[in-house]
Formats: sequence, structure tokens, C-alpha cells
Amino acid sequence: MNALSVRGLTKTYRNGVQALRGVDLDVEQGDFFALLGPNGAGKTTLIGIITSLVNKTAGVARVFEHDVDTQLEAAKACIGVVPQEFNFNMFETPYTIVVNQAGFYGIARPVARERAEKYLKQLQLWDKRSGISRGLSGGMKRRLMIARALMHEPRLLILDEPTAGVDIEIRRSMWDFLREINARGTTIILTTHYLEEAETLCRNIAIINGGRIVERDRMSSLLRRLNVETFLFNVRDSLKAAPELEGYVTNLVDDHTLEVEVSKEESLNEIFARLSSAGIVVTSMRNKVNRLEEIFMRLVEGGAARAAAKDSARALAGGGR
Amino acid sequence: MSAAAEAAAPAVNMSVVRWIGFKTIVIREFGRITRIWGQTIVPSVVTAVLYFAIFGSLIGRRVGVMGGFDYKQYIAPGLIMMSVITNSYGNVVASFFGAKFGKHVEELLVSPLPNWLIVGGYAVGGVVRGLLVGAAVTIVSLVFTHLRVEHPLLVIVALLLTSVTFALAGFLNALYAKNFDQVNWIPAFVLTPLTYFGGVFYSISLLPEWARQLSYMNPILYMVNAFRFGFLGVSDVHVGGAFALMAAAAVVLFSVCVALMNRGAGIRD
Repeated sequence: MNALSVRGLTKTYRNGVQALRGVDLDVEQGDFFALLGPNGAGKTTLIGIITSLVNKTAGVARVFEHDVDTQLEAAKACIGVVPQEFNFNMFETPYTIVVNQAGFYGIARPVARERAEKYLKQLQLWDKRSGISRGLSGGMKRRLMIARALMHEPRLLILDEPTAGVDIEIRRSMWDFLREINARGTTIILTTHYLEEAETLCRNIAIINGGRIVERDRMSSLLRRLNVETFLFNVRDSLKAAPELEGYVTNLVDDHTLEVEVSKEESLNEIFARLSSAGIVVTSMRNKVNRLEEIFMRLVEGGAARAAAKDSARALAGGGR
Repeated sequence: MSAAAEAAAPAVNMSVVRWIGFKTIVIREFGRITRIWGQTIVPSVVTAVLYFAIFGSLIGRRVGVMGGFDYKQYIAPGLIMMSVITNSYGNVVASFFGAKFGKHVEELLVSPLPNWLIVGGYAVGGVVRGLLVGAAVTIVSLVFTHLRVEHPLLVIVALLLTSVTFALAGFLNALYAKNFDQVNWIPAFVLTPLTYFGGVFYSISLLPEWARQLSYMNPILYMVNAFRFGFLGVSDVHVGGAFALMAAAAVVLFSVCVALMNRGAGIRD
């Protein structure tokens, strides 16, 4: 069964901006799914429509087979959402916020209190439960929104940039927590600008750009499609110019850093051999960018170029009439 | 519900969800009223004390009798009603607009609670504050004058209908308001003049014919007089008509608020 299924979803805002242009997307039950896209691609609008915060212009959206047009209450009961922006009452305490949220989903007060303790402790907020939420740090506020979204133990958890502004240590503990939730059966849809996060956590991925899904695949399959990777080699001795390595594109970033593009058919051993024969001693190496980031940039830039080509074709066709 | 959804979904009793959700909204509103009692309860009590001290005790002595009653006794029901109106309205407009402004209204909008229940929950929150402040102002009144109650049931019904009506009007204001100025416009430029010209401090029998006819167009006149009738047994308007008007206003406002929420007016893109 699909946790989420959308067909032909379009959204045109009153100011004429077309945020979604016929999105089709399925997310299987139990999946940990990445929905990626540049700013303004339509991710938040898509989430807004699914959670009923945005009115759609056309199309169909179903959450666990519940149509959001005809079975909205049942659909919403399945969803927990962590939005991009803080949207809790800053003058209430974390404890009150999560207990009330449980109440809005019909969770009786005694159960809500138990769950509040459980989730606030798991997200390391129990000590802060009685203070005014405005006083929490950015990372704590994000964790509070996750605790709030889990209070009714939703079958589908939608996280819109949940780790934005969170330090690395907390981010990694949040990853472990989300993996655990997913392992217990909760379907998770994640949007993030940290592509390492998506690559680490998610099994499936969709990339949205200009209101259209431009890619939808398994994460592993998508990463395998990367033909060329760029590596940065830190070298022991200072270089004046990039060495000529036949069959490779090289570039000197600075006198101790060499950039080399390696296609998927070539082995890294070959590169090391060539560098050694050129008298270059490598002290360390790393990917220039995250692999997913590389694919993401190509898809997004490619999508933008295709859209621009289509627009100019349309303009030309219009001019001929 | 499709067969697949039915098979997989855990059984959820939506009536229970709604009842608990409704209680939660009311509890949250009550929590807000008591948390900021210095803003929600005290100002109306202070205002009532001033009205009784100045209009009742000082000026009232010179006014003498109004509608067959001591002036302080005559204005007491109107002052109670005035505090109920402003507080029921003020509670919902401030709370719901605050939730919109702070975006925490989304907590409710993403929940499975239907819009009619959200409107109802906020309206009851407004009624709770209206009644709390009304009770406090009644106690103040008893310090200054003797309050007799001719028709207790009518007092209660008038209080509830008025409170519900203005709580819903406050909700409507909050839905359309885009900034704090727009939250204050209606109370300052509509509600206050209508309340002052609504027979709180005088009987409209004192007015010239044209002003009396104009007063009949003021809905607050009917509410104040229905309430006063419950206390003193006197009214400037037809009491049955006043109750019918209040009930109709409450039903119409509730329907409008729910319809606007369903459309997403002021809350959804």
C-alpha cells in the first residue's frame, strides 16, 4: 500500500505563480523517502496540500488510500508534520504544547501525558518541559516540533527540513532517532538541503524542480548513475601547475590541492599510479561534493535548461501566429 | 473509505477524537485566559468600578430614576452585558489572530478536527471569558447596588446568546485581519459606539423619535434590553424579538465562520 499517492497535482497561487505543474508521486508504506529540490521548487507547497494547509488547484492526493478531498479527517489523522518554520505558541511550555497537540488528535489526557514524557525525554527536552518555549535554542525548537508531530504516533511523518540550523552532534542523534521511528514502521518523507542527510537516511528519492518531479528512483540506483565524480587530492609538496594526466581532467585548486574528475569506468588505483609516476605524493583525498549533490545539481540544472528551451520554443511558436 | 484503507487503518472513533479535540481547545483557551488574567479579567473589572463610581454614584445621583429604577440599578445589567460583549469578542479575536500571526493555528489546521469544531471551540473560549468577566462585574455591581433578578432563565439565555454571538463576530474579525491594526478597528470604531448607543446608560424612551428609530437598528440595544428585562423586568424593545434576533445572529455568524474556514479564507493559500 502507498502511504502517499498524488496524481496530476497542480497549484497556481493567486499571484499567478505556478508552484506545482502536474506532480505524480507514490511513496510506499514504511519507506524513508527523500523529496529534494532547490528553493521554490514546490516541496513545501506539495507538503502544504497533503496536510491541507494549502488549497490545491487540481489533482488528487491520497494518504493511506484516504482521499484528501473526500476523507480529509481520516487522511489528516494519519499524518504528523514537522514544518520548516517554527509554528508553536512561543508563550506556552513544551509540555503544554505536546499534550495539547495530542488532544487535537483525540488522544486522552492520561495517555498524552505519558507520551509527552516519552518523546520529550527521547528528544532530550524533558528538562526544558516547564519553561517558556521562546527560550529554547533553535535546535531545541526543532526537536520540540518533532516531539509534537509524534504525539499521535502518525503512520506518515513528514519532515520539512527538520535539521536546519541544528549542530552536527544533535543532527546525528536526530538521524538515529528517525531511523528508529522508521524501523518501527512509520513512513517518513524528508525534505532537506543537507544532501548527505538524504543520502544517509533515505531509501528512495524524488527530485522536484520548477513544480515537476524530474527524478524518482531508489537512492542506490540514482547514485550508481553518477558517471563522473570529482576528487580532491591533498598533496605533500607544493605544485605550480596541474599535472597533465592523460585521460583525466585536472585542475589545481591551490598549491597543495589537486582536483581530478574520474569517470565511473576508471579505477582510483590508476590515478594513484599516474600521480606517483609524476612524483606527486598524496596525503589525503575526498569527494569534492557529496555524490547525491553532484547528481542533484546536474538534474536541477538540466531541468532548468530544458524548461528554458521549452519556454523559448513556446515563445517562438507564439510569435509565428 | 476504500477497502484497502479500511483494512489497514487502526479503528478510530471520530466522535471521541472530536470530543477530546474540542475539550482541548477549550482547556487551552481557559489556560490562556487565566495565564494572562491581568489582561483578560482585571481591566473590565476596573472599568466597571469606575463606571459605577462616576456614572452611578456621582452623576447618577443627579439623574435620579431611570425606567422606574435607581440609576445604578438601571445601568448594572447594561454594564455587565457590555463587559460580556467586549470580552467574548476580544478573547476570540486576540487568540485566533495571535494563532494566525504566530502560525500555531496550523496545529489545529493539520489536525483531524473539522472546521465547525474549531470555530465552536474558540467560540466557547470566548464565552468562558465573557462569563468569567461578567461574573466579576456582577460582584462589583453588588458592591454598589442591589440587583434583583426577575427572570433568571432569561438572564442566562441572554448572556449565553450574546456571548456566543460576539465570540463568533470576533472569530470573523480574526479570520479577515491581516495585522494588529485590523484587530483593533472593529472594537474601536464599531463595537464601542454601538455598545454606548445600545441603551447601556439610558432608556431610548429619552431620545427624540429619529434617534429612537435609529437605535432600533443597533443589535446591541436588543441584547442589553433582553438582559435588563431578565433582571429588572423592563425593556425598550420586544423581548421575544430580541431573543429571536440573538439566536439568528449566532446561527448566521457560526455558518459564515465555518463556510469561510472551509474555503480557507484568511488561513490558507
